[in-house]
Amino acid sequence: MTDIRPEAVGVTIEDVSLSFGTTEVLKGITLKIEPGEFFTFLGPSGSGKSTLLRAIAGFGPTPAGRILIGDDDVTHLVPWRRNVGMVFQSYALWPHMTVRKNVAFGLEERKVGAREISSRVDAALDLVGLREFAERRPSQLSGGQQQRVALARTVVVEPRVLLLDEPLSNLDANLRVQMRRDILELQRELKLTTIFVTHDQEEANTTSDRIAVLNDGLIQQVGSPMELYDNPANRFVAYFLGTANLIDGRVEFEATTPVFQADDGTRISLAGRELPAGAGTAMFRPQDLTIGKAGADDAAAGGVVLPGSIRHREFLGSLVRYSVRVGTREILVDDSHHAGGRIFDVGEDVDLHLDVDRVQVLGV
Amino acid sequence: MDRFSKIQWGPGALAIFIGLFLFVFLIVPVGKVIFVAFQDPNTGALTLVNFVDFFNTSLFRESFINSLYVALMSVALSSAIALPLAYFTTRFNFGGAVLIQTLGIIPLIMPPFVGAVAMLLLFGENGSVNLIINDWFGFTIPFMEGLNGVILVESIHYFPFILINLSAALLNIDRAMEESAQNLGASGTRLFRRIVFPLAMPGYIAGASLVFLKVFDDIGTPLLLNINNMLAPQAYLRISSIGISDPMGYVISVILVAFSLFALWVSFLALKGKDYATVQKGGGGLMKRDLRPWEKIGCYAVVILILLMVLSPHIGLALLSFGTVWSFSVLPDGFTWAHYGNMWRTADGYIYNTLLYAGLAALIDVVLGTAIAYIVWRTKIIGRKWLDFIAMGAVAIPGVVLGIGYLRTFVEFNVPIVDKPLASWWVIIVVALAIRRLPYALRACVAGLQQVSVMLEEAAENLGATKYRTVRRIVVPLMSGAMLAGFVTSFATAAVELSATLMLVSAQSDAPLAYGIWEFMQSAAGRGPGAGLGIIAVLIVGIATYVSYRIIQRTERQRSVGAVVAEQA
Repeated sequence: MTDIRPEAVGVTIEDVSLSFGTTEVLKGITLKIEPGEFFTFLGPSGSGKSTLLRAIAGFGPTPAGRILIGDDDVTHLVPWRRNVGMVFQSYALWPHMTVRKNVAFGLEERKVGAREISSRVDAALDLVGLREFAERRPSQLSGGQQQRVALARTVVVEPRVLLLDEPLSNLDANLRVQMRRDILELQRELKLTTIFVTHDQEEANTTSDRIAVLNDGLIQQVGSPMELYDNPANRFVAYFLGTANLIDGRVEFEATTPVFQADDGTRISLAGRELPAGAGTAMFRPQDLTIGKAGADDAAAGGVVLPGSIRHREFLGSLVRYSVRVGTREILVDDSHHAGGRIFDVGEDVDLHLDVDRVQVLGV
Repeated sequence: MDRFSKIQWGPGALAIFIGLFLFVFLIVPVGKVIFVAFQDPNTGALTLVNFVDFFNTSLFRESFINSLYVALMSVALSSAIALPLAYFTTRFNFGGAVLIQTLGIIPLIMPPFVGAVAMLLLFGENGSVNLIINDWFGFTIPFMEGLNGVILVESIHYFPFILINLSAALLNIDRAMEESAQNLGASGTRLFRRIVFPLAMPGYIAGASLVFLKVFDDIGTPLLLNINNMLAPQAYLRISSIGISDPMGYVISVILVAFSLFALWVSFLALKGKDYATVQKGGGGLMKRDLRPWEKIGCYAVVILILLMVLSPHIGLALLSFGTVWSFSVLPDGFTWAHYGNMWRTADGYIYNTLLYAGLAALIDVVLGTAIAYIVWRTKIIGRKWLDFIAMGAVAIPGVVLGIGYLRTFVEFNVPIVDKPLASWWVIIVVALAIRRLPYALRACVAGLQQVSVMLEEAAENLGATKYRTVRRIVVPLMSGAMLAGFVTSFATAAVELSATLMLVSAQSDAPLAYGIWEFMQSAAGRGPGAGLGIIAVLIVGIATYVSYRIIQRTERQRSVGAVVAEQA
């Protein structure tokens, strides 16, 4: 790589909408991605995340709204003039060219001199540790190696922005963990603004500076992985990131104290919170509850007590996840596990102690 | 390994039987032809003198060059027809795509020789088109003059091989291949030249070499157009006029086989290690774009012009079969059913023979094809790959070569009960057709078997079914669609086979349709009835092709469920 890299640039997306025929895929997306940031579009399939990424690269129909890379409006620019590097889900390595030819392609298109091409291709291949595979054909490489070639082919042209379209989805689990670390390391080293598309929350959480959660063509929330997990803006985000217990009901006031009144009658006092009255959803994570023997006067546990009986038990190693029948609903509870620890059996009556400070009320 | 050891003798015996059949009816006759070509006709010693004689004869040198010229020019003209069509269908959202796909198979349902005479009446010096051109512009175009005619007729019939292979290759290119190149800065012609074209090349070469092979080996078209100075016709003429002992027919045969093998080798090289099918699950082919109105008009104009060209043999044949007198005029003077009446008086024998021969041959092909597919893909019998290889090798043997080989090999073999030499018994025609069409049926059967997951068989064995019962109750029912498709393909192509048949028909009463058309077309008076017979042949093959298409479609739909399950496992 050359030492002087171009200054990292941000990406600005202003009110971008896009339809395929009569289907609205993106419904007014506004986002600002900071220079040098590792930014992730996270969402289920059909959420519009790939379409948005492709719009930034210039593929697909021209969207309404504006897309800026740095200060340049690229909304109407053809893909081959944008200088954004994209790594495709299928890698899209050309089978009729060797690894070296694949990596050299973009530089050749940029009319770079032969000697410089050669040294930059070598450097890029060194970067991904595949120098000795330069003369092979893509079909002679493993999935992980193909992935690395695709990455080298993209970064060698020193794009202004790196776009990764579910690049890990074709790899097996172990390799996936390794690759996402490598990609992050590469991104940090090159200080390259990177947009990563995935449906896998673990991938998003472990790599991203910030995540935009997309669903149904709309941005649900933008924030750091921890912000999204700790303070989800709505049901969708709460459910999509991590495991959540969601109870529908409404916030009412007893004198000046807000109380969450669940539809099935359970009442949770939320003293000291500032909440608007009206319909809402109470959300708490499985680790926000503790589990204890029914009727045991476990004052230390405190909080609201929800009596129930165990319906399922899943042993997950470091913890045991119980599904507990409380009234008409099932509540998930995590109990940390160690050898000789206390275990409840299916059918056993238990009390759940909910730490009310951790309960969040989400708007509808 | 163990699971095969107990039942090895069953498939083993089958393999030996099939091996023997192929040995006697494919390897021996072809070997005989090659051997005779290198044998001194008088002393019987091995020699190259026949080849020296061949190249010292100006007629043969000319024939050789003509054949090469015609084959190469046909590839060029076929490409010129197929390239725009393939391009339109794969790059544009073009309503004419369906038209092109249909048009793509229409020529294949009629062998070129059938329409050759009709083409002469349409495009010949005094044919309809030239009469019109002459009227308007005062000159004529020598479409059908000499070798031009052969090239035109062959190209119109065989361009679908290029169209089908090239379209498939283009459709198999994943959109991401193109997008990643654009992402890296390539566009327009550079994108086409560096990415699209190289990825589609193997498909094009496969199609082009097939066209070369078919044209180089064709015998009926040049003979009907009265072009004798080409290789395949010379082989036939030498054997039929001078006799079975004339070495020149054998020399020509060796050259034909050599060039066929060469064409197949080129196609093999082009495809080897280049499985460029890059489409991912859910991914589309190349980017398609909408056409602007004037572009659409241009595209339709090109497609319709080509369509008219492609259909001209069929149109001409229909006119010929209904026309009274058709000479020096754009259309026949009048129309009549009389030719069909004349044809019918002699033709019922032809039709009966065709149905019998092609039916039997297709049956043999499917049985052999299924057995070979099973032996190759499901057993560990030593030499099983050779069985597949030899059976497929029949593709490289021109019909005229197989015919000469049978004549030479089986002329002295007397069939006991009918008391005739095997070479002149009608059964030998069936065998020749079966051998020639075996590769088609075998491919269909192999494809069918490969879609049956081994696990489905193992499940049956696990529940107590023996190998034999498993094949009968699981494998064959699941393969039945493919077997039927293989049967119909073999049947349809065998029904209009001419080159081997021409050599092997020894009595009028044994002759099939293709031979009948050939006979009729020899005389001016016979052209009408011959065209009528040609129409019958087109109908038989057309219906069979349609049926096989429907069968393949249906089985593919059924398969898709099983395929998903197998894939997940």
